[in-house]
Amino acid sequence: MNRKSTGSDRVFDIFIIVIMGIIALGFLLPLINVLASSFSSADAVVAGDVGLFPVDFTLEGYKMIFKESKIWSGFKNSLLYTVIGTLIQVTCQMLCAYPLSRRDFKGRKFVNLFLVLTMFISGGMIPTYILITSLKLYNTIWAIILPGCISVFNIIVIRTYMQSSIPMELQEAAMIDGCGDVKIFTRIVLPLCRPIIAVMILYAVVGYWNSYFNALMFVQDTSLYPLQNVLNSILVSNESSLGGYDVNLSEQLKYVTIVVSSLPLLVIYPFFQKYFEKGVTIGGVKG
Amino acid sequence: MEVKLTREEIAHLSTTPSKRKWYSKIGLALFVMTIPTVLYIFIFHYLPLGGLVIAFKDYTAFKGIFGSPWTSMGGFKHFYTFITSPNFWTIIKNTLVLSIASIVFNSLCPIIFALLLNEVKAKKYKRLVQTIMYAPYFISVTVLVGMLFTFFNGDSGIFVRIFDFFGFDARNLMENPDYFCMIYVVSGLWQGLGWWSIVYMGTLANVDPNLHDAAIIDGAGRWRRILYVNLPAIIPLAIIMFIMSIGNILSVGFEKVYLMQLATNLSSSEIIATYVYRVSFPQFGGIPQFSYATAIGLFNSLVNIIILCGANFVSKKVSDNSLW
Repeated sequence: MNRKSTGSDRVFDIFIIVIMGIIALGFLLPLINVLASSFSSADAVVAGDVGLFPVDFTLEGYKMIFKESKIWSGFKNSLLYTVIGTLIQVTCQMLCAYPLSRRDFKGRKFVNLFLVLTMFISGGMIPTYILITSLKLYNTIWAIILPGCISVFNIIVIRTYMQSSIPMELQEAAMIDGCGDVKIFTRIVLPLCRPIIAVMILYAVVGYWNSYFNALMFVQDTSLYPLQNVLNSILVSNESSLGGYDVNLSEQLKYVTIVVSSLPLLVIYPFFQKYFEKGVTIGGVKG
Repeated sequence: MEVKLTREEIAHLSTTPSKRKWYSKIGLALFVMTIPTVLYIFIFHYLPLGGLVIAFKDYTAFKGIFGSPWTSMGGFKHFYTFITSPNFWTIIKNTLVLSIASIVFNSLCPIIFALLLNEVKAKKYKRLVQTIMYAPYFISVTVLVGMLFTFFNGDSGIFVRIFDFFGFDARNLMENPDYFCMIYVVSGLWQGLGWWSIVYMGTLANVDPNLHDAAIIDGAGRWRRILYVNLPAIIPLAIIMFIMSIGNILSVGFEKVYLMQLATNLSSSEIIATYVYRVSFPQFGGIPQFSYATAIGLFNSLVNIIILCGANFVSKKVSDNSLW
């Protein structure tokens, strides 16, 4: 049926477009201000002259930051934790989700219940702390990577995706052709799961890159600190080794650290947009 | 289409079942695939449950979980201490205020936003708006709180300058307990609005176009179609999401509140999770009270489960939507 657009319809369209534009710009404003401040001179930042565009354009802040060893070590640590953590997380979740998606898997009900129960009950902060110390993980990189690594919720999302978008007939056909379960998983299921794998990688990368709590709780050695914990000492607690520079500069350096730490994720997420939109929708409907 | 099989292929087909090894018949490989996760969940989720017994004991690291003595009052001393402590009602109040305010705004705003964005017909423009709205979601809590402190800083912060323009003094707003909740909720919306609207956008895209056509024939304008076609389509999902968030009513995220806490705003920023942390790892060389902290944590999860079941029960009665 052909929808005719009437006069009031056009007014409505323009109204919506304007409203959405204002909201989107409003959401972007803080980020633009941070970016502009990071390229401005320290004096202009402290004087409050910077709005949406850099004032007295300079790269001084960035030069300073790249000389800062604390930030570099945080960057390297975060990169390491993100790579190892993402590998473990995505591999285990995919491996576990596949059997759960198969109706003929004998332990399906038990494993399902075993996992889902943990979504409602948890030991909490101290029992987990005691566990970490008694496993001798305290002050190691595993104390940062392992707690919260595998997510039951994600497994359910992957399982739902496998059930709804990989036809069972395809797997049965492969079975008749003599494929074992492992072969079906690696040759048929995994290649068809690329979109959901992309989503899971994105979730894992964002989670590890932005994680702060595990290092706060389970690590004392500051040389193991990931980027976020280094940032916290600079941004919030103000206990900065950058304090050696003058006050104005250290204020401006905050903007630079925000840009440097957030940029990696802000650059990659638009490429994953169509994947995570799908992934979130599956999670919302079935979770 | 007729499929012709070669002789070899038919031979292959008929021999396959017997060629399958015993372990593939019972699906051993499938079991093995679940082992890493099952082990992990056992160690990191079930073992700590055993540690919950220290809530009923006077735990010291030296004596261990099993060696530590049970507390007085039949093991419930720590629960009693918490409930009768002078901070109890402040902490509960702060937790409830932050959580109810977030639940209300975080549930309603994404729905309204999705309903409006769904009306944008220009596909590219819609996509651009969505991309922009997702950006804050990828910023870490640490950076978010750092930004808040910088934006409200002294005279130079951009928020101070903007509010100044409207004749409102926003200097040191972060330190003011009266504004803690507002800053918490608004900054949360900034981060999540775009992301949380994704589910609703997905549902709206699947609304049967025939419904819209029927409504048009009945003379319904755009507003009416939003209210009577699109809104009812997303309400079941909205209710499920709402119950889920109600179930977490007493577990306001630790990280953001902890990072936003200052000595001056503690009267409205001390919540259960931060109190547990403070009791467990006291600053300035205090004695860590692990048992007491665990008791508070256990109290917290019990209340959550009760509220979750309650909300689910009410929703089942009222609207037929339920989690289980």
